[in-house]
Formats: sequence, C-alpha cells, structure tokens
Amino acid sequence: MSNEIVVNVCMGTGGIAAGGSQVMEAFISELEAAGVENATVKEKCRLHKVGCRGFCARDVLVDITINGNVSTYQYIQADMVPKLVKEHVVGGKPVSDWLVGEDYHTFHDNQTKIVLADLGKIDPESIDEYLAVDGYKAAQKVLDTMSPADVIQTIKDSGLRGRGGGGFPTGVKWSFCAANDSDQYYIICNADEGDPGAFMDRSIIEGNPHAVIEGMIIGAYAIGASVGYIYIRAEYPLAVDRLNMALKQAKEKGYLGENLFGSGFNLQIKVKLGAGAFVCGEETALIASIEGERGMPRAKPPFPANKGLWGKPTIINNVETFANIPQILNKGADWFASIGSEKSKGTKVIALTGKIRNTGLIEIPMGMPLKDIIFNVGGGIEGDKLFKAVQTGGPSGGCIPQQHIDLPVDYEGLASVGSMMGSGGMVVLDETDCMVNISKFFLEFTQAESCGKCVPCRLGTKRLLEILTRIVDGEGREGDIELLQELAEDVRDSSLCGLGMSAPNPVLSTIKYFRHEYEAHIKQKKCPSKVCNKLLTFFIREDMCIGCGMCARACSVKAISGQVKQPHKIDNSVCIKCGACFDACKFSAVLKE
Amino acid sequence: MITVTVDGRDVEVAEGTTVLEAAKKLGINIPTLCHDDRLKPYGACRLCVVEIAGMRKPVTSCTTPATDNMIVKTQSERLYRLRRTAVELLLSDHPNDCMTCIGTGDCRLQELAYQYGIRENRFAGEMRDHHRIDKNPFVVRQQNKCVMCGLCVRVCEEVQGVGAIGFAERGFEAKVIPPFGKDLDCEFCGQCVSVCPTGALSGAIWAGKARMEGVEKTDTTCTYCGCGCNLTLSSNGDQVIRVTSDANNHNRGWLCVKGRFGFDFINSPERLTRPMIRREKGGTLERVSWDEALDFVAERFTKIKKESGADAIGGLCSARCTNEENYIFQKMMRAAIGTNNIDHCARY
Repeated sequence: MSNEIVVNVCMGTGGIAAGGSQVMEAFISELEAAGVENATVKEKCRLHKVGCRGFCARDVLVDITINGNVSTYQYIQADMVPKLVKEHVVGGKPVSDWLVGEDYHTFHDNQTKIVLADLGKIDPESIDEYLAVDGYKAAQKVLDTMSPADVIQTIKDSGLRGRGGGGFPTGVKWSFCAANDSDQYYIICNADEGDPGAFMDRSIIEGNPHAVIEGMIIGAYAIGASVGYIYIRAEYPLAVDRLNMALKQAKEKGYLGENLFGSGFNLQIKVKLGAGAFVCGEETALIASIEGERGMPRAKPPFPANKGLWGKPTIINNVETFANIPQILNKGADWFASIGSEKSKGTKVIALTGKIRNTGLIEIPMGMPLKDIIFNVGGGIEGDKLFKAVQTGGPSGGCIPQQHIDLPVDYEGLASVGSMMGSGGMVVLDETDCMVNISKFFLEFTQAESCGKCVPCRLGTKRLLEILTRIVDGEGREGDIELLQELAEDVRDSSLCGLGMSAPNPVLSTIKYFRHEYEAHIKQKKCPSKVCNKLLTFFIREDMCIGCGMCARACSVKAISGQVKQPHKIDNSVCIKCGACFDACKFSAVLKE
Repeated sequence: MITVTVDGRDVEVAEGTTVLEAAKKLGINIPTLCHDDRLKPYGACRLCVVEIAGMRKPVTSCTTPATDNMIVKTQSERLYRLRRTAVELLLSDHPNDCMTCIGTGDCRLQELAYQYGIRENRFAGEMRDHHRIDKNPFVVRQQNKCVMCGLCVRVCEEVQGVGAIGFAERGFEAKVIPPFGKDLDCEFCGQCVSVCPTGALSGAIWAGKARMEGVEKTDTTCTYCGCGCNLTLSSNGDQVIRVTSDANNHNRGWLCVKGRFGFDFINSPERLTRPMIRREKGGTLERVSWDEALDFVAERFTKIKKESGADAIGGLCSARCTNEENYIFQKMMRAAIGTNNIDHCARY
C-alpha cells in the first residue's frame, strides 16, 4: 500500500520513560482531529506502537512514513505532536529541525540486525504483525516437515552459541538433552537479565516477544519437551505484560497448547517471575528457584541437560539465543554461519554505554573489532576525551585497554584478554575513570549478589572488596596488589558457580593492564584520574575565584572561608574531601590534585 | 564397576560413586567441612577440591561422580593453596575464642586451622555480628560462629523432614535462620546440633560442663522407646553431661529430642533406684530388697488369681521397653498369670 501513512512511536520501556505514552495519546487525538477534515489521513493513516530500536538516548523516537519514505524524529514530546501532524502527516513536509541527524544513521548503518531486525518496526502486542514478517513460519515448517534430529543438526550447522554468556554451542546442548531417555523434558527461557546496565533481553521481549516464543517451540520440539518456562525478572513489568499477551495470542492461534499447527505436538509455556536475585540467572539457581527453593546454584555435573528441572532433562537458553532460532530455520544454517567470525557465528546484541556518544542497544556481527564498535557505531568518546578502556561482559567481565582496541569481539577474542562476552554489556571508560575505583564498583555488585553458599565467593569477594576499598581510601598497604591477585585467583578457581568464578575478572584485568594506577594509589597515595576523593587535596585558585560563596555554602563541614567578592580558602585540616565545593563552583576555581 | 586412579592407586567402585567416596575406599582422607555421608552432596565449603586429568579447573570431589579410568590427584601445591585460602577466609569471619567455646575439641574448623597452620590472617576484616538468644531450653545458636556449611538446614529438611531453618540474605550477610528471623521454634530434635561442625549450634544443657578433660564415653541404648537407638553418654564423674550418637550405628547417629536432650533424669535425686513396698492403704513406702519385692508381688498375684480368677489381673507394659521386653511381658501374662488382659500405649 504505497500511499499509506504510517506513524511509529517507540514504546519500549525507554520510550515510555521518555514520554512515549503521552506522545501516543497526542497522536491519537491529533490524527483523529486531522481525519475529520482530511479523508486521506482518516483512511490511510495507521498509528503504531513499536518496540525499542536501540537508540533509547534519543527517545521518544517517532517514524513517519509516507509512500514508503521514512522520516525519523528524535526527542519528541507530546507538545510537538500537533506540528508533526499538521506539517508532515497532513502537509507532507517533514519537520526538518526535529529529524534525527547523521549520527543516528551511522549508529544503525554499521550494525547487522538479525534479532533486532523487527524491533522498532512491528507492534509487539499484535501477533498479526509478527505473522506479516514471516512469524511462526519456521515453527510451522519444523513441525510439518522436519524431524527433531534434523532441527538439532540445523542448529549445530549454524554454529549458534549460547548468548547468555557461556557461549556453549546450542545445537550440541540440545543433542545432549535429547539423548536422555526420560518421560518428561523441559525447556526454559532464561530472561533473568541481571547485569547492571544490560537490557538486551528486556528489549527483545518488549519489542518482539513472539520471536522468543517461536524459538522455544522449535527447541521444545527438538528435545521433546511438552512444558516450557520463561523465567523473567519481576522488575520488567512491560516485558512480562507483553509476554503474557503474546502467549495468549499464540495459544488462541493454536501455536501453543495442544496439537500445535495440527502436528500432534503439545507444548505449554508458563511464565515464572524472578524475585530479583542476580544469581538466579545462573542456570542451576534458576532451576532451584522454579522448583520453589531458594535460588542457590547446585554443583555440576549433573548438567541440566541430563538432570535439570525436577530432575528431568532440561534445556535452558537465553532470550537472545531463542530469538535467533526462527531466523536460522527460515534462512538456513549456511546463511547464519556466513555471518560472524570463525568460531563465533551470527551476531551479538550489545548494551553499549559509558563515556560514549551514542549509547544504546546495538547488534553487531561477531568478530567486529572493538574500535569499530566504539568509534563507528558508538560515535567515539564523549567530550573528545581519551579512550582508556572498555569493560565487557557485565559486572564479572574484564577491562580491555587501548592496546587491544583492534580485538575482534567474539567469545574467543574477549576471553583471550581476560574478559568475556557475558550477556553483552559494554561500558566504555575514558581518561577520567579510575580503574581501581571501577574494579571496586563491580565488586560491590557481585559481592552483594553472591548467594552465600560457597566460601570463596561469599567471603572472598567481601575481602577483595575490603582491600580495594582501603586502596581507594588511601589506606592501601605494601603487598595489597599481590594479595588481591592471589585471592582473586583462588576465588576464580574454587568458586561453585559462574558468579564467583567470574567476579574477580575486573580485579585481575585491571591489575594486569593498569597496575600503575594501583601502585599510585598505594605508594604515592594519589589517584591519577582524580576520582578517589580521599586521595585528593582540594584548593581554590585565587585568580579564578570571584568570591560568590557557592563553595562555602556547599561545604558541610565549614572548611571554606572568605569574604564576599574575595577569593575563598579551603582549610585542609577540616576538609573531608567530599568534593561538594568542586561540583558547586561554576568558575572552575576549585581544583583537586 | 569402574576403575578410578586416586593419587596413583587404582580402586574399583560402583558406578555413581563420588570421587570423595572412591578416595575414602583407598583410605585417602580429603578434607571436608560441609560434607556428611548421610546427606546429599552439597559442594559449598570447597575444601574437598581435587584435580582430575583432563579438567581445566579443580572440582569438588564430594559432588563429582567418578568415571571409568578417571585419574584423580588429591594433593598438590595448587590444591593446598585453595584449601588454605578457604580455611583462612572462614577464620577471617570467625571469633577467635576457642578457649571458651563449647565446640573446642569437637570443631572441624579448629582442626583445619591447626592443620593449615593459620595463625595470622591475611584477610582480617569485618566480621558478622549476630546476637540472638533463643528462648528454648535445648538448642543454643551462636551465629557468628556459623560457617554456612548448610548441614543443619539439610539435615532438618532431608532427614527430619521439618524445614525449621533456612538460608536468608545474600553475600556476606547470608545466614541460617528460622522463618522471618524469629526464635527457633521446632521439635528440637537437635539433629542440627549433631551435624554442626563448629560451636555455632550446641545443646543448652551442655553449657559450662566439661568439654574433654575427665570425660568418659559409654555406649548404651536409649530407653525412651522401642527403637533402641544407640547412644554414647559423655560423663564426668557420675554425672552424664552430654548425649551423642555415632553415625555408624543402626540409627545412623540420628536421635530425637528425648534421646538427645532428655537425660537429666539420670542424675535426678527424685529418681527411684530401689524397690519400695507400701504394705497397707495409707501406709508409708519402705525400702526393701529386690527379692522381697518380687516375692511380695508373686504372693499377691497368686492370691488374687485364687480368689477372683486370672482375668481379675491385667497388665500394661510400655512403649519405652524393647520389643523383646514387651514380648516377654505378654508371655508372662498369658503363660504364668493366664490372662489375655494385656496392653500398652502403642498396642500389641
């Protein structure tokens, strides 16, 4: 329908938080009003809510498409809608001031989208829209024409590896599970995305829930599971709503429940809400949680593929892994295997954040060099500062320095420098970030989220954090670096589950690449990046101070004195180095060293 | 059967045997803290780590099933370092009060600290601060001594089927508590006390009594019911001060609240230790010999039987007696007295 007018409003969590619901309402009323006078608008204009396309920093994003020409607007608020409707929808002329810029296109054009391809294009709450983009075709094909063994072989041939972090070959895992002789098999989708700053799984479910369900149907058929669970965080209310909606729609269409697609195969999928424990993303803890136990990991072996939920063979795959499955079946294993690097096939969805111009959700082919991600997709470092490191793999990943900027981003590449793929978090750090402090930051998280079961993780991470804390507080001791290294290695080598095994990564990688920063903190009692307040001295430059008194008012311990319109002074014997004066001064007169 | 090589020696074990069990069969002792043969493998303390050929990282021997031709190493520099670190970490969050601790001499952590020679602690730091005094006369909890081995939680769930305690909180704050952190309020079987490897759980009745010095151990059988659980009484002089049970007996070391804590009657001044006869209604009880007492009973039974018939006599026995004793009792009533009027609280 070429003369159609389509308005897409970004209504993922990011879009809604930026005012998407109000924008949506404004469009509804404005388009209705416009439709009274304009027959084309009334008959041909369709208003759509769509999922996240990744560039949440620019929300609310709105696409207006007339006769196939797409114009994308950024930072749209409800009060801007009347003008958009009047000038663009009715008048046919885009409002050029509000259109996205070149960076929007470099952000998207440098990506390769498989999983995110339909996000931002289809209405996630409508199964018909998913069907219109060949949805459920793969499931139907599998159930009508393929044997479970054929499906497993296809996934094996595609080279797909688990996207939750481990990177275990999906097809191989499925074949391990299917090889068991059991009266019951289970399939579980792990949507307990817990890494701070990661929102890959949430966006996929919010933007295209049916793709995940279709992937699960195919997986369930391959291993013979009649019951599936989606374990999702309760903190993802929109994703949960859309998932439940999608499950209901799929059931109504006969794609779930009994006799799927008339094939005689049965599958019911249940949603289980997680109660906010990071460790429940670990597969055995997740299984314990579904069983109603406290979410604590169990020793492997036995692996879930042999003895999982309720002791039955169980497959657990991540949201992104499942979302890849329908496309592999539709387009073929060879197509998928042609994307990516030698051992890591396909794409990876990454939550790109930190000191970078274009933050958001991106999808890149495996093996893309780090620098292309940071400087092409990400648009380079914010404020033209110097790149220092990139932290990948969530709180348990490592920090990768400048010298490895050409590193291909895939499972092997990241592991070779002491980091990991994890679920795909990527935090870019610049020259103003203190690496000791960064490592402390991540340890704070993993330490608090340790389930407390095994000794190295419960107490080891606590002691690592204590040592890091004393270093950034200027109380570091001779030998602390070696002690950190030794303890970190022991925690890594003897913890029960992935949480403890990977929690020391930030410590080990920052010591490996930024040892001089640790030494500066311990020996010279200086923070080279001027982040660790307790190691800084604050003073006021007389020639810059205009005597406004803002710093003195901000100081909670009355360490700053001075006459109005006269340069002020900081009494360092009183100063508690909180940094409030530095933040309060508008004339850059407060300095820290 | 499969063959496993542990520290260069071969051993044949059944399929499904863990590496720890295989090593034990060879008499090789691997340190553990959270393991108990009677409970499911858990893998929390990480002391039983071993190296297995072909595996990148050390694994816990208590949870790893042995496979055919597996080559296991239970001692190496790396393993020693990992075990020592684990013990040192545990001690970094454990009060150093063995002098006055009830667990001394019966504490696996103390033993490990000695074996690994940990005097100074590289990881000294914040310690947990739990002060909760339960209002029950049986179990004392000193949670700052807890090593989170989970034995108490597991025995309560797996053996006793009660689930009176569980884990709460995360990370350093993780702890074992009754529901909602309230007072312990269970059947007080004390199984948790019996498996606790430290002084975190102890019997209230043991407090302040001898730990090791002058303590004599006597194996006996519980008199509370017909189960006949084996007990070991710890006594100091003529005072029984503690009851335990060996894991290698028919009751596998498990006891109930009565068997474990109900022993104060032994030394009670009110306890009857000699037979007494009240010769007439309203008369006083006078001490007599066993012979006189038995003669008296026999004489009266014969008289009653002669005057009113055997069915004028009935016998009630006790569930506290053994099966054999109950059998003999009914035999006596039926054969010697000649009546079927017999019963006891658990019925014949």
